[in-house]
Amino acid sequence: MSGEACAALAVLLGLAARFLLANHQALSGIFAIVAAALSLVSLNFLAKSDTRQSRILCPVLFGLTLIWAWEMLVIGLNVPFILLPPPSAIALALYNNAGILAGDFDQTFLHAVLAGYAIGCGTGFLTALAIDRSLFLQRGLTPLANMVSAMPVVGIAPIAIEWFGFDWPSKAAVVALMTVFPMLVNTQAGLHEAGAMEHDLMRSYGASYLRTLFKLRLPAAMPMIFNALKLNSTLALIGAVVAEFFGTPTRGMGFRISTESARMNLDIVWATITVAALAGSISFGLLALCERRVTFWHPSFHKRS
Amino acid sequence: MTKALTKTLPFFTVMFVVIIAWYIAAYFLNAPQAVALMDPDGPTGFWAVLQACYSMDRPVLPTPDQILSALYDSIFHYPLTSPRNFLLQAAYTAQTAVTGLSIGLAFGIALAAAIVHSRVLDRSVMPWVIGSQTIPILAIAPMVVVALGNIGFTGLAPKAAIVGYLSFFPITVGMVKGLRSPDTMQLDLMRSYNATGAQVFGKLRWPVSMAFLFPSLKVAVALSVTGAIVAELPTGAQVGLGARLLAGSYYGQTMMMWDALLLASMLALGLIFLVRAGEFLLRRQRGGRL
Repeated sequence: MSGEACAALAVLLGLAARFLLANHQALSGIFAIVAAALSLVSLNFLAKSDTRQSRILCPVLFGLTLIWAWEMLVIGLNVPFILLPPPSAIALALYNNAGILAGDFDQTFLHAVLAGYAIGCGTGFLTALAIDRSLFLQRGLTPLANMVSAMPVVGIAPIAIEWFGFDWPSKAAVVALMTVFPMLVNTQAGLHEAGAMEHDLMRSYGASYLRTLFKLRLPAAMPMIFNALKLNSTLALIGAVVAEFFGTPTRGMGFRISTESARMNLDIVWATITVAALAGSISFGLLALCERRVTFWHPSFHKRS
Repeated sequence: MTKALTKTLPFFTVMFVVIIAWYIAAYFLNAPQAVALMDPDGPTGFWAVLQACYSMDRPVLPTPDQILSALYDSIFHYPLTSPRNFLLQAAYTAQTAVTGLSIGLAFGIALAAAIVHSRVLDRSVMPWVIGSQTIPILAIAPMVVVALGNIGFTGLAPKAAIVGYLSFFPITVGMVKGLRSPDTMQLDLMRSYNATGAQVFGKLRWPVSMAFLFPSLKVAVALSVTGAIVAELPTGAQVGLGARLLAGSYYGQTMMMWDALLLASMLALGLIFLVRAGEFLLRRQRGGRL
């Protein structure tokens, strides 16, 4: 039997076990054990083959198994709802509170995160370009930037609220401060990526500073810049959500998480986290796609295609 | 001497400029409130306003000397057992961060070792470990604290669990890379010695992976202090720098917030320094490289 067929059977049996859980527990238990075993066998099969299909199917099946086990265990063992709601309840909360969650997403992601991310990354990038010709400033700013990136920058949130008010601009300020230094350091390092040989070639063309910058050094810096963009996309979301724990108008993902967890509505909390996770993964994926487009020449993309 | 100077002079110049800019910003940010609070019969003019700006009780932006003197005050004018002593709060946060970091380190390395040795785990778990880095994990911190509190886990345990959870991802990713970094030649040599799996791990993979462990550890340290502070937010603001930060924000105590932030940064930098020291010692023991 192939891995795929095994996986399909496991999914079917798993679903059956879930539906039988309410009324026929013994039968459901047998189904569940068989499904779990089949899933493991299937993972073993899939891990051995090296096709593109199995490379995708393997983590998907593992994720499904994990969510299924969570559902079965939470319901089967009667885990209290306030400790861990089952995935089905989270999906239901996601559906029922779509309007509220969309409002939170708008407040946190479309306003605070995007504005702060653009300001932070833009400032970091432009600063790196501005100090490109001054070795003194580079030597002075790099240790400072390294120091700041080790610090718990989100702690600045209450101070930002005091300065920029309760609404999203204060969160955008925190996000901007969190993202500016990784961008600065990475752009700076990236601008030194181009080799001496390429520089010599540009010089032999009689290229000006700006020409060298745009034709050689910035393209060569792109892998490092994308590195910072990807790192910052995660940091920005964390920064905005955590900054909202310190105070916000009555919407926003961080506000939702902190108030609903205090009111024991854990299904809504988990639904918000699902939205955040999706937003984080999708923006990361989009950045990775852009990276592939822009830095197609980089060796790390050669092996795959 | 000159080499040390070319390295340190730019840094101190930049720091100097930052501090000067800080004092200027403090003047402009505090001036509106300071003028409103000034004694109408007292002296007026630029110098009087300047003095008032730099000596407010609740300034919008406190000056560095105010922050430091408030910190000095809290450390030396209150006993070490008083909750107003910032050293005590920093110790709580440090305890959370270090305990969590140890959990994360142990679990992260164990998971990395398992992934390197099992193809099934590599194929199925590894994409999730990488993918989970794009998820704002820190956001679930308050919920974990509340949920664990409901079943009776309070105090250090839930906070350390969050920090451990946060710090294990970079360590797993780094260690998987590190444990895989021996090349085919070296692995073949081990095979020609008829080495067992444990020997290959102990004598080749583990030593080689150290070059990857330290950079991931630095990332994990920065995350662990942030995580510890965020984990302290929802516990009803009792202990730790995060609680002080929240209390300061509730009661408008600006200096309290800045002091908590300063100590948290120092804690992070101290932990980073320890990691660097460990790296330096190992490097020296191995003759200059990792």
